[in-house]
Amino acid sequence: MKKKAWGDLCLLLILCVLVVVFLAPIFFVVMNSFKGKLYISDAPLALVTPDTFAGLTNYRNGIQKTDFLTAFGCSLFVTVFSVLAILLFTSMTAYYLTRVKGKFTDVLYYIFVFSMIVPFQMVMFTMSKLANIFRLNNLPGMVVLYLGFGAGLSVFMFCGFIKSIPMEIEEAAMIDGCNPLQTFFGVVLPVLKPTAITVAILNAMWIWNDYLLPYLVIGLSTKYKTIPVAVQYLVGSYGSKDMGAMMALLVLSIIPIIVFYLVCQKYIIEGVVAGAVKG
Amino acid sequence: MQKTLKRYFPIFVLPTLLAFTFAFIVPFIMGVYLSFCNFRTITNAEFRGIGNYVKIFADRDFVNALWFTVKFTVFSILTINICSFALALALTRKIRGTNLFRTVFFMPNLIGGIILGYIWQQMINALLLKYETTLVANATFGFWGLVILMNWQMIGYMMIIYVAGLQNVSSELLEAAQIDGATGWQTLFKVKIPMVMPSITICLFLTLSNSFKLFDQNLALTAGAPSKRTAMLALDIFNTFYGRAGYEGVGQAKAVLFFLIVAVIALGQLVLTRRKEVEV
Repeated sequence: MKKKAWGDLCLLLILCVLVVVFLAPIFFVVMNSFKGKLYISDAPLALVTPDTFAGLTNYRNGIQKTDFLTAFGCSLFVTVFSVLAILLFTSMTAYYLTRVKGKFTDVLYYIFVFSMIVPFQMVMFTMSKLANIFRLNNLPGMVVLYLGFGAGLSVFMFCGFIKSIPMEIEEAAMIDGCNPLQTFFGVVLPVLKPTAITVAILNAMWIWNDYLLPYLVIGLSTKYKTIPVAVQYLVGSYGSKDMGAMMALLVLSIIPIIVFYLVCQKYIIEGVVAGAVKG
Repeated sequence: MQKTLKRYFPIFVLPTLLAFTFAFIVPFIMGVYLSFCNFRTITNAEFRGIGNYVKIFADRDFVNALWFTVKFTVFSILTINICSFALALALTRKIRGTNLFRTVFFMPNLIGGIILGYIWQQMINALLLKYETTLVANATFGFWGLVILMNWQMIGYMMIIYVAGLQNVSSELLEAAQIDGATGWQTLFKVKIPMVMPSITICLFLTLSNSFKLFDQNLALTAGAPSKRTAMLALDIFNTFYGRAGYEGVGQAKAVLFFLIVAVIALGQLVLTRRKEVEV
């Protein structure tokens, strides 16, 4: 028994060391974001001292140079509305595809599944050009594109769950005089909640962090940049000059994710595991 | 019931289908067609046959990127899965603080690729400063930088899948092994690993497809430097499209090839998981 206690103690120590290693890059960026920019390039690994401390200068520069608050707003807008659109429309589509049997729905289902394995590079050029032609190169347009490109996985996951719901309840609702819309929103949707959470989290993580689609569709020139595009923009043009602003911007980009993670950690971990197993 | 529902097609299916057509079906079909064309924008395409596919191999970029991607994928699959499995074993021993460790190890997975790439670029450059060199001075640095970054991002994710698998191994089975006098290593290799095979399959394919399709991290960390030697496939396709005027068709042809490789990987996964399901 004593041997096991010693083993566990060693294990605990190793894990603690690993935690330090895992947090080191974050700590490194946070620390440097408070240093004067010249000190960052001279001695990036040195701790902050009263001499090198620059207060919030870097944050002010970073926010101004990239218009970070607008970028945050854009990211939030696109993520929230895309996720809502995906939840609403793909769950309805999945319901229809599962309950109406026929050649057409079968084929459509398989096209959705097929789209899951197609890498974004395959469609990125044509999609961004089409988006320009049809004037989808704005924030609401991106919501449409995310709904379209995210539909595959979401329809697939909703279909998998709807198949397991017994049809008797829906039939009873229909007999009581509900139309399909009332049945769906009153009876089916509440049952879909666990899958809806998984779908929402997977899509939110993807859209919030996505770089290529907003970069190709909206581009660097307009003021409607999402956070990843803004970071790339700052580093591309100012990278070697203002390291301080870059460090501050990296910290600012991580904060919303960490807050979100700490608040809904349980759902995120469950959702990601469920997504992995089904996808 | 089916009949009434069928009349609601425009409400239930049409919005998704329209967006899906715009964002996927049309771009996909046009993409396949354009890979056989010479074009600058999508409206002035001229059919040219398989010329673009021949041009892919006219310079070594694509082959180099493919080789770099394969090498990177093999190394990251091995390191990520070994590390995350070891961590999962440690975290299923019911020691104190398990939840805290899980929280910390999983966190990097949520940070986006561009941001992750720049965090590590700065971190690695700071460490290399002592030796008066930088990340982009040597392709080997870029390679290992990417492997480390990928490990940092994926270990926590895979660890959680392995933990879920290990928790499903029945305690009776483990007790039986103990009574039969199995050593720790024997229990690990003869009982635990065979029992978590489904988790291992999932993790292998997740790390495989995520590493193979990596783009954001690659762009942010090295952007292919020095001289394209750390460019992976996705980045090479991007550079062909947007970095060389007149090469849009070749870029599209590369994208089709890339898609075919990814599709073969995905089919392989499907076949393997199907076979597993039959056994269980």
